[in-house]
Amino acid sequence: MSDTESLFNLNPSKIPAVSDGKHMGFAWGPGDILVYETLHKASGSSFIHEVRKDEDIYSPILRKLFNESHHIFVGLQTIREDLPSKSRKPQFVSISKNYRSVIRACMEELQQVAVSTKDGEASVCCLFQVSILLAIELIWNLCEVLFIDAAPAGSLLLHLLDWVRLHKADVDEKAREVLQSDSPAEHRDYWDVPSGTQTLTEFDVKWRHWHEEVDRCLQDNSFASNKHLEIICKLLLGDEDILLDHKELLGTWYHFLVTRLLFCHPTVKPAELHYYAQSCMTMFLDSRSVPEPLDSILLAAFEFDIHQVIKDCSIALNNWWFVAHLTDLLDHCKLLQSHNLHFGSNLREFLLLEYASGLFTHHSLWQLAVDYFDHCPEFGRVYLELQIERVPLDTERKALKVLRICEQRQMSEQVRSICKIMAMRALRNNRLGSALSWSIRAKDAAFATLISERFLQDYCTRGTFSDLDLIDNLGPAMLLSDRLTFLGKYREFHKLYEEKRFTEAAKLLLSLMTAKIAPRSFWMTLLTDALPLLEQKEVIFSADQTYELMYCLGELTSSLNSEATGTDRPMQVRISTYSLNPAQITVCKIKAF
Amino acid sequence: MFVARSIAADHKDLIHDVSYDFHGRRMATCSSDQSVKVWDKSENGEWHCTASWKTHSGSVWRVTWAHPEFGQVLASCSFDRTAAVWEEIVGESNDKQRGLSHWIKRTTLVDSRTSVTDVKFAPKHMGLMLTTCSADGVVRIYEAPDVMNLSQWSLQHEISCKLSCSCISWNPSSSRAHPPMFAVGSDDSNVTYGGKVQIYEYNENTRKYGKAETLMTVTDAVHDIAFAPNLGRSFHVLAIATKDVRIFKLVPMRKESTSTGPTKFEVQTVAQFDNHNSQVWRVSWNITSTLLASSGDDGCVRLWKANYMDNWKCTGILKGDGSPLTGSSGQPTAMSTVVGSSVQTSQNALNGMSAGRIGKRAPFAPPLRQLTSPKIYQHPAYY
Repeated sequence: MSDTESLFNLNPSKIPAVSDGKHMGFAWGPGDILVYETLHKASGSSFIHEVRKDEDIYSPILRKLFNESHHIFVGLQTIREDLPSKSRKPQFVSISKNYRSVIRACMEELQQVAVSTKDGEASVCCLFQVSILLAIELIWNLCEVLFIDAAPAGSLLLHLLDWVRLHKADVDEKAREVLQSDSPAEHRDYWDVPSGTQTLTEFDVKWRHWHEEVDRCLQDNSFASNKHLEIICKLLLGDEDILLDHKELLGTWYHFLVTRLLFCHPTVKPAELHYYAQSCMTMFLDSRSVPEPLDSILLAAFEFDIHQVIKDCSIALNNWWFVAHLTDLLDHCKLLQSHNLHFGSNLREFLLLEYASGLFTHHSLWQLAVDYFDHCPEFGRVYLELQIERVPLDTERKALKVLRICEQRQMSEQVRSICKIMAMRALRNNRLGSALSWSIRAKDAAFATLISERFLQDYCTRGTFSDLDLIDNLGPAMLLSDRLTFLGKYREFHKLYEEKRFTEAAKLLLSLMTAKIAPRSFWMTLLTDALPLLEQKEVIFSADQTYELMYCLGELTSSLNSEATGTDRPMQVRISTYSLNPAQITVCKIKAF
Repeated sequence: MFVARSIAADHKDLIHDVSYDFHGRRMATCSSDQSVKVWDKSENGEWHCTASWKTHSGSVWRVTWAHPEFGQVLASCSFDRTAAVWEEIVGESNDKQRGLSHWIKRTTLVDSRTSVTDVKFAPKHMGLMLTTCSADGVVRIYEAPDVMNLSQWSLQHEISCKLSCSCISWNPSSSRAHPPMFAVGSDDSNVTYGGKVQIYEYNENTRKYGKAETLMTVTDAVHDIAFAPNLGRSFHVLAIATKDVRIFKLVPMRKESTSTGPTKFEVQTVAQFDNHNSQVWRVSWNITSTLLASSGDDGCVRLWKANYMDNWKCTGILKGDGSPLTGSSGQPTAMSTVVGSSVQTSQNALNGMSAGRIGKRAPFAPPLRQLTSPKIYQHPAYY
């Protein structure tokens, strides 16, 4: 392994049964990569391994997360940009809360499964997922407080209190300790700020006054008799040592941070946060322990370094869902500066494209991906074009679904291609009707001609048409190709004949030849079709029409020339005889051969 | 990443190429055992071998699928100096029930005088066109003018590249701004001269392919080459497997209106990775060109990704664990040797040929122990 690889902590994934000294061949697939042992330029036995990234998309519970967050995402994209930011902010906060509630719902479900299942491995897996979602929700919540809601000094601490308390409630199953429940409840009474009865400065003055009071009480040993009360007093003053003594109750450095702020700097300003955060983290974690990824992320958030937060989250978590949705929301809040990439996209779009591409390999979630691509102005369309073509067309229903999506977006090449694939498949399986209707949809004249030929050949061999419904209802689609037009009209002729509308049938039959709609190769069949009409008792063909029939026959035989058989003559003779009847005595020229 | 599934391919010799079809539901494998196998993926994700037949009288180097618009069509190329086109025939109903299908040979292309090293279909918008390259340094482009008649192919272009060819790749772009273009790699090992990669472009006026660019900085033997999917960009991206992994950017320079020659390109080296620390044998892009995979002499497959600032980095490694597969009773998969061999035999009976090299039969692998999939390595989302 090279130096850079060990630097980035890349541990190779192990593929079984590939021995040392052998190469590995591979092939990209939808969502996976096939790997096999081989030896380029030499000669062994063979296994092929399907290797995949860890994929949450296959988890049924997480699927709900993807579905519901998709719904929120689409709603977010349609928020009007022209409203003043004052009225948009509450909307964004509400959307952020929606996302978080979806995360929490998912967490709860996973938790339930973890508890109720008998499968040990599945339980562990669920709990692992829960812990990831916990972290995600924690980070998201903090981002909401700091970036989206952008709480100013005063209410900032309130929000942070809520944040820590919510998280502590999640994590802690024990009963509320004195430290947690009492202090915030007590101090709730001091918080008039939300009701707006006093300004921050007024409050600050009052708070300082109270703080000094408590300090004085402690100094002159008012509480000396009650050790417990003394401790509480020290806590109220934000005594670091006492707080750190109760580390295990606090649990985390950010809880420590918020508690300390509560007791020492309740009117902390957003810009001051990172000083306290850094020092609290240092104090809380002993010198030996290394900050975990979560700690760095939270610290970056306290430093208001949004890009660092996103970057660290991308590295720490192995799926794009979180960073994609959060970044999108932050972008809507106009908090991200867009970096211009070499090919002109930006961070939000990059992440959304990655997330949506991951969804595309799933047999049903791919439909959600479409909406994400729709809202990526730079590359969304081309990504969609590339990936939607690859959706396996297992059933006609699925193919129609894919087509509808392409048609709605005027992706005409994809429409044509999908229809052609379906037409080809139908043709190979001898389903001519299906093949024809797909060709028509593809507007593929050449293919329609080919299939019409097959229909006609079928008719010639079997004497009947298949897929009558389709041919009878072609409508204007008939005009796609000459051969198709002929097929449609020829069938019409048969219908007229069946309905005994002989005169119209005769007229149509003749026009098929005279208007050159019928291919020359089919004329013999048509002329043969004319015979029963000529055999009718009443005169169907007029003299002119009969003449035209003979003319057509003449044309046919002269073009066939050397291929002309003796049967032509009897036919020739028959036509001229039948046209003679008592009512109309016509002298027909009999062409001698 | 983790191993989701292992398939006992049951070729009697080395597999040289594996190719997924367009939708990822079928795959073809080819081997030194002179045969090609076709596998179908069922709804539950299991692979079943639906056809296995002898295709050539020498090692089969590559196998590739045509676009499904042309039906179910494969092409293969071999050491036996030929390339062949195969079409699947919809079989009898009892065959379908047994999950078998038949492939018949539509044509054999015998123009090459040496081993045919690569075979690729051109992008579908060009029609049904097949390209081969050979050790004799010639690239041949064939066309089937009637897609319903796959036995008629005409040799449209014969291009002499002067150096022994090992690989070709077509630029997949169907944009009007880009005339048809392909790249050829040479495995000529004389490093005293460069230009082991040549780019050819179709000229509308001469109706011929002309050389547009030679990558002089590539002096070592090239084993594989791959254009990335285009994504509507004006420039092209090309990956090369040589003594290292290289990614080039080809930026078309503005053409004067009077110019009738091939497009001039500005060639930039986007990335060069020597992590394999050895010869790199294969490179391939995923569908959206966001990931490049490479495999090398070090027995590893590496995945490369560009972040949103277009900086490339290795984001994954696959390495053989060095173990032979241990046999045990375990669950027989659809790939168990019992099923495998019976498919083989029946196919052989139908085709009247015997598979495997004379005198050398590798032992069948024991039934596969069902692998649990431990999560080996978190694949970080590289941003």
